[in-house]
Parts: sequence; C-alpha cells; structure tokens
Amino acid sequence: MKDIKHITLPLTADVVRTLHIGDRILLSGYLFTARDAAHKRMIEGLDQGRELPFDITNQTIFYVGPSPAKPGQIIGSAGPTTSYRMDPYTEQLLELGLKGMIGKGLRSQSVIDSIKKNTAIYFAAVGGAAALIAKSIISKELIAYEDLGTEAISKLEVKDFPVIVVIDCLGNCLYD
Amino acid sequence: MRNIDTIKIKNAVKSLFIQSSYDIGERMLGILDKARENEENETARYVLDQIIENDHIARDDQVPMCQDTGIAVVFLEIGHEICFVGEPVEEAINQGVREAYLEAYLRKSIVSDPLFIRQNTNDNTPAVIHYEFTRGNNIRITVAAKGFGSENMSQIRMMKPADGVAGVKSFVLECVRKAGSNPCPPIIVGVGIGGSFEKAAILSKKALTREIGELSVDKSYRELEMDLLNEVNSLGIGPAGLKGKTTCLAVHINYFPTHIAGMPVAVNIGCHAYRHATTKI
Repeated sequence: MKDIKHITLPLTADVVRTLHIGDRILLSGYLFTARDAAHKRMIEGLDQGRELPFDITNQTIFYVGPSPAKPGQIIGSAGPTTSYRMDPYTEQLLELGLKGMIGKGLRSQSVIDSIKKNTAIYFAAVGGAAALIAKSIISKELIAYEDLGTEAISKLEVKDFPVIVVIDCLGNCLYD
Repeated sequence: MRNIDTIKIKNAVKSLFIQSSYDIGERMLGILDKARENEENETARYVLDQIIENDHIARDDQVPMCQDTGIAVVFLEIGHEICFVGEPVEEAINQGVREAYLEAYLRKSIVSDPLFIRQNTNDNTPAVIHYEFTRGNNIRITVAAKGFGSENMSQIRMMKPADGVAGVKSFVLECVRKAGSNPCPPIIVGVGIGGSFEKAAILSKKALTREIGELSVDKSYRELEMDLLNEVNSLGIGPAGLKGKTTCLAVHINYFPTHIAGMPVAVNIGCHAYRHATTKI
C-alpha cells in the first residue's frame, strides 16, 4: 500500500515538485471554490481590467458547487465537478499564479502544457464522494459573487481532504 | 373511474426525490462491495472505499450522496381509469420537486434559459416529465435525479439497419471510452434502441430507472446487456477513471419498434450515484 502524503495549502513550487502522478494526498489548509460561472466572471473581469476577487498567487481552486448546508453543517455535500469545462479559463489563471486545481476528469493538452510551464499541479478528488469530502471541510467564508449561489467563490479551510495527483508539474497524466 | 387528488402525486414526487438523493439502497451497496472485492488495482480499491464510505455517510446523516442533486426527471404512467382532481398534474409534480429540493437541502441546479440568461430558478424546477398512458386504475411514478457530469457524456446516433449488433456495441464502447473519467465511473449505461430520434433518447433514460443489474426480459437483449457489460469493463477505465476492472456496474437496454430505414441508438450514461425511485398510487 502506497504511503499517503500530508500536504499543506497554499502550495509552493518546491512542494509541487515533490508530487507525482498517482500520489495519494491529504490536503490541509486553505483553498478557494470556483466553477463555471465564477470562472467566466473572473476572466471577463480581467479582460475589462479588474483584479481577481482574491490573490491567486500559489492558491488552489476546487471546482465545486456544494449543496446547501443543513442547520449545524458548515457546508453541504461538496464533491468535485468535471474540470474540462474550466479549461478555456485555466491558462490565464495559471499565468497569474494559480498553483493547484482539484476536480475530476481529463484536461486539454494546452492546460497540461500550462501546468508544466507554471510548475502547477492538478488533483482529482473522487467524483460523487461529496458527503465524505464535506467531512474534511472545517470552515467556509464567502469571498465573492454571492449572487451566483452555489457557484459563488468561497474560501474553505480543509483538514485531510483526500485527493490523488493526476497531472504533475512535469506534465505526466495518470489518465493516459 | 378512480379519482386521484393530485396532492398525492406531489407528496409522492417529493418523498421519492428526497429518499433517492440520500439513500443509494442496499442493492447498490452490495454491488459496490462486490466490485471492491473483485478489484486488484490498489487505486481502484482506494476509490471504491471512498465511494462506499460516502454512500453510508449520506444514508446515515441524511445528506445528499452527491452535491449535484441533478435535473429532476419524472416518468408518469397513468392508468386509463384515472380521473385527476385538484391542481393540474404538471403543477403538482413541479410542486413536489420544489418542496423536495428546498426542504431537503438538495442543490438547485436549473437555469431558466439554456443559452442567453442562465438564471437559476432557485427551486430546481421545472422537472422534465414524460407521460405514458396504460391500462388500469393506478398511477406509477418513477423519478430520477440525473447528474450532469454523466448526462454531458451521453450521445445519440441514427445508425443504419446494416450496422446491426456489432454497430450498437461499437457505438456504446466509443461513448464510454470518450467519456473516460468524466462521468464518475463506475457508471451505469442506459441504451435506447429503435423508435424515432427522440424516442431512443427517452428509452435510454428510462433504462436508467431500472433496478441496478435487472436484466432485460428478452433473451437476445439480455445477452447483449451481459456482453456489453463485459466489453465495457474490458476498457479498463476503472473507478474514477484511474484504471481497474470496474468501469461499469450494469448495462440496461430498452427497445421499441422502428422504421424500415433506420436504427436510432441513444446511450445515456449514469454515474455511480444511481438515484432513482418508483412508487404506485
């Protein structure tokens, strides 16, 4: 059985270089949520000269639109959504310092090239393991785009969030 | 004639969506456990462990097993001796969906206009409803909460009669291969063969409301379901697309008479969060 690595967020290029495809990781620390509509709005904002709603340097984005929290819950069920829909926006964010992404499914070749160029990393969480993943989320703070509801950008604190490295900073892809 | 107050339909729709979003059911858990035992790949076992644990948490804590609680699909089979009283049937169904998604903390994922506005309707309505009229004095209500990670990987093709069984097989395999890790494997494959363009799609959707692994009553289709299950699993995509023996848990095929000139085939892919439920009124 492969060892499980414990990694703290935010990432650094040095940490990213130690991670390889197939590595099982438990992530702890802070990350940001964003999916389709938030990506579209961030990129449209950049195109119009506005800044991103958070400093993206070394940060990790989790592609998720959680279900609503029940009373007493921090967040509802929160599994990854399919990542390829974010591909058209991803290179620009990587160029601005985005270091990690958590989603599910294959990325385009140009995203893989950009991950390599920017010493970044792409993790897969298990799609449909949303109730399990929610247990590793220990705080949630709304950051931007509240009107987008489940698609708003939130800052999450996670403890031992289970992911697998599927594209590493050398451009290797576990799905191949 | 039998009078049925449509408030009963509303209540049934509501409880079916809540129940199926929280509880995957013993039968599916048994199949996942068996798949876990059968896997030799370490990563595949790790992924299946997470899926099984997730499904237990969802059931025990009464929370959605997946954050994508789907588009609400409803099949209504209405006996010919039924007379509805109360609110119109469609409004009753949508009210059932509305109450389920609002009261049970399910995600509201429907946008009002698909192209221009894309404004969330905030109550997961409208449902996609299919009506069928049957003999008798009962109503059968079947619901499916259909996630879009797998829905997006579905395809339809107008095949030639000459394509035959080999053509159907290669189309299904092509769909699953192209879908890869996107639709949250292990998947369930719903296939609709025959009818017209839209009929094939509806057949494939209805096939995804069948009890997992319940085979076709027709011998030839039953054999095709078993063959396809083996062939799909030979692709080696595996749980979460990270390789392994368990790409698919079941293939369900529904068929219908068709035109002499054609053979429509629809492949509707369902994720492992296989959420459907049926009741009779």
